[in-house]
This record gives sequence, structure tokens and C-alpha cells, in this order.
Amino acid sequence: MNMNPRTTQKLAFAFFLLATLLIIVPVGLIVVVIIQKGLPAISWEFLTSVPKKGMRAGGIFPAIIGTLYLVSGAILFALPIGLFSAIYLSEYAKDNYMNRIIKLSIVNLAGVPSVVYGLFGLALFVDFFKFGVSILAGSLTLGIMILPIIITASREALEAVPSSFREVSLSLGASKWQTIRHIVLPNSISGIITGTILGIGRAAGETAPILFTVAAFYIPKLPHSIFDQVMALPYHLYVISTQVPNVSEQIRYGTALVLIGMVLLMNLAAIIIRYQFRKKKKW
Amino acid sequence: MKFIIENVNAWFGSVQSLKEISMEVKADEILTIIGPSNSGKTTFLRILNRMHELNPVFRMQGRVQFNGSDISTMEVGLLRKKIGMVFALPLPLPFTIYENITYALKMHGIRNRSIHMERAEKALRQASLWNEVKDRLKTSAFKLSGGQQQRLCIARTLALEPDVILFDEPCSGLDPISTAKVEEAMFELKKEYTIVLVTNNVKQAARVGDKTAFFLNGELIELDKTEKIFTVPSDQRTDDYIRGKFG
Repeated sequence: MNMNPRTTQKLAFAFFLLATLLIIVPVGLIVVVIIQKGLPAISWEFLTSVPKKGMRAGGIFPAIIGTLYLVSGAILFALPIGLFSAIYLSEYAKDNYMNRIIKLSIVNLAGVPSVVYGLFGLALFVDFFKFGVSILAGSLTLGIMILPIIITASREALEAVPSSFREVSLSLGASKWQTIRHIVLPNSISGIITGTILGIGRAAGETAPILFTVAAFYIPKLPHSIFDQVMALPYHLYVISTQVPNVSEQIRYGTALVLIGMVLLMNLAAIIIRYQFRKKKKW
Repeated sequence: MKFIIENVNAWFGSVQSLKEISMEVKADEILTIIGPSNSGKTTFLRILNRMHELNPVFRMQGRVQFNGSDISTMEVGLLRKKIGMVFALPLPLPFTIYENITYALKMHGIRNRSIHMERAEKALRQASLWNEVKDRLKTSAFKLSGGQQQRLCIARTLALEPDVILFDEPCSGLDPISTAKVEEAMFELKKEYTIVLVTNNVKQAARVGDKTAFFLNGELIELDKTEKIFTVPSDQRTDDYIRGKFG
């Protein structure tokens, strides 16, 4: 078949555009459907009171707080460890057998199904370390799950800093650590925050890792310590959608809307921080 | 003697890039090193402040003494503070003009702000840049032109009050006018510092150097007073190179 190159080009562009537009459709539909069905349920009472009547009425306050605790705990654990190992891998590690195994393990860690993390958390944190089914065990499990995301994003951010900056700093007599601390980290912080944003989203949304390690079916009160169980939004959503009969559609979609809204808010906070850092960037 | 270099051999992996180099560099002179690309000039320069150590496949034998002590036994941060380096491309750090100069001071524990200001002004004057930037010290160094950036890099090195400055083809990315300005700065510095200048530009070596060394394929072919190298070199290969027959 002989086609005019210009026609071929137009056709190709049209296909690419179509593919791109196709991405927007599901995202847009999800948001529209959830807002449409969930918005009527949102009220001050829904956000700040405990579930009532076997979770068929009342609010979802304990689950909101539970998810907040779990996500913060996971980030608190995974961000420093992930960042430190990313610094080690990109700045210090030599290209040897051992380090290649470490890198391979991180890639594999990212591919482990989330329910396996749940079982692992149950075995290690709940049973072996005797944390019990608790916020601590759940946060650590979620933290391990998001480690590869944070490590990979941080490594990419660190490696994107031009090596000439490092060389100049070292040539001025600065130590390797000074170079990392004052040159490399400040110039990679926005990429590291991006990794954290992705981690937050993942940690907030997963059900399987918290299923055996922290999530409570129904606790109408707030936790007192990190060794208490909590309710969490994704698990609560699962429970009211499949385990409890006759929960109104409004409450279910309302819960989903709150979950999405929370992830969005946390991301927004991280994006604002990242923007502040980017503004300072000088190259 | 600033540097005494004895029997230096160097390799990248299995490729030998310097062969049995022995020479001396006197205090307060400009030594220029000329030679075609891949002749080992830059490798030699980076050995002097131990920058080659950053390359994991690099290996060397032989001894380099700086002010009478073996550089391999010196603390590397202090060594590099005393032996400043200016790279082939202008490489400002991602800071303001002022911070580019004070960065190294801070890293060496100098926190006094009046010393910062004093050293910055002095260094920028020495690098013939002060008049062009004195009103915009707080703007990004990347806003400067290439030639200004390179003089900023020189000033950044000078602020540490080094003994020696190593220039690694500092004008290779610059236009003729910027080159003239950088050379002008080098003439100023000649009075107070020992300078080792690696250059691809034979004419620059003739203009600037007190002594000139000619490297070829990792060997030091000839080292002599610049006038002699450029009028009556003792080796035919040197003569061919400076006449532009190869390289």
C-alpha cells in the first residue's frame, strides 16, 4: 500500500492522541461516579462520628484516623530507610556482585503481591516480634511494601544530579558526605518527594497488607497506643461492601470518596512542598 | 619545588595512559602542558590533586611529592584545598554567584561572614570578574555567560587561597573574547600562584607559559623553557606538533 507520508503522519498522530485520550476516560469516570454517588453522604457527622447500627449508619471517623496513622507510620518508617539505602546504592555502592543482588532484590520486592506482604507482616511483626495485631505491625508492613517505590524514585532522583556537580565539590576539597549533603540531596529532593507521594497513595489504598496485621472489623473508638488495632478506610470499604448486608450505596461511595479525597490531600501537601523546593532550584 | 613527580605510570583498566613520567614543577611559574588528545595531559593533571581516585578503574604507580610530602599520605580534602582545579567546561554549582564562592569556605569550616565577603570580593577581583557581578551577587550563577562562569570557577578556587591552581583546558568551550579575559585573569594569578595549565591550544601555551611540557601517547617528550620549545625544540616530534603537522 502506498500512502502519502503526510497522511500517514496525520493518521499516526490521531492514533497517539486517541490512546492518550483513552487514559482520561476511566480516570474521569471513576471520579465522576464516586463523586456523584458519594457526595450526598458527606456531612460533618459522617466525617466525625463513629459507625452506628452495624455500620449501616453514623460516620467513618475511626477509619479516617486509622488510615492517617497507618500512612504516617509507613512513611515514617520507609522514607528514612528508603532514602538512606538509595543514597548508599547511588553514591557509595561499587558495581559488584553483592550490590547487584541488592538491586535485584529491590526490583523483586516491588513485584511481590500485596497479600503476600500481609502474610509476611503477620508472621514477622505480629507473631515473631509479638507486636500483636496493631498499628505498629500494620505500619511496618505497609512501610516494607512501599520501600521499593521510595528507593527506586530516590535513586533516580539522586542519579539525575549531574556528576559534574559532585566532581566540582570534591575538587574544592569537600568530603564525599558534604557533597551528598549540600549538593546532591538539595538537588534531588523534588524527585524524592515524588517517590514519597506515590508511596502515600499506595499505602493509603491497599487492603491486603493490613488485613492480618492491623485492620479491625469494627471498633467504635480511637486507638490509645501503637499497639492497638484500628479501623482503616480501604478495609472498612471492603467490609461494608461485602461483609455487612444492606449498607446503603451512599455510605459505601461516601467512604470511597473520603479515601480518594484523603490521598489527594496528602499528595497535594507533598506537591506544595515539592513546588517550594523546585522554586529554589538554580539550574 | 612545588611538585616532584617520580616514575609515574597510570592505567585505566588495562590501557596505560601515562608512562614513566618524571618531572618537577617550580613554585610561582606557569607550566603549560601541550599535546594531542589522548596524550595523557589531563590524566597527569588529575593525578596532582588526586581527582583520578574517583574513577574506579584507575590505577597508578610512582610517587608525587607536593611541598615535600607524598600526596598519597596527605588528607585529600586539605590537598585539594591547597591545589585548586578549574575544569574544561565552566561548571558553576547550582547556587548564587556568592554562594558558589562561599560554598568551599563553609565546607572547610570557615563560618565567619565577614571573612566570606572579604574573600569573595578579593577572589572575584583576582579573577577579573568583580566589576561585572558586584551588583548581582545574589543571582544564580547560571545566569552568567560562559566566560563569566569560567572566571567564577577560577574565583571559587582562589577563595580557598590555594598554593597551586590546575587548569584543565579552561578555554576549550569559550569564544575568543572570553578566552582573552580568562587568559588575562591567568596573567594576574601568575604573580602569586603556581599554575599548571593543560591546553589544546598551542598558541595559548606560547602566550602564557614560563615552561612548556609536550606529552605524546602518555610519554613526556620534552620539558623546557617556553621560548626554547617554540623556537628550537630538541625533539623532532615536538617541532612537528607545534608546527601543526599533526594533533
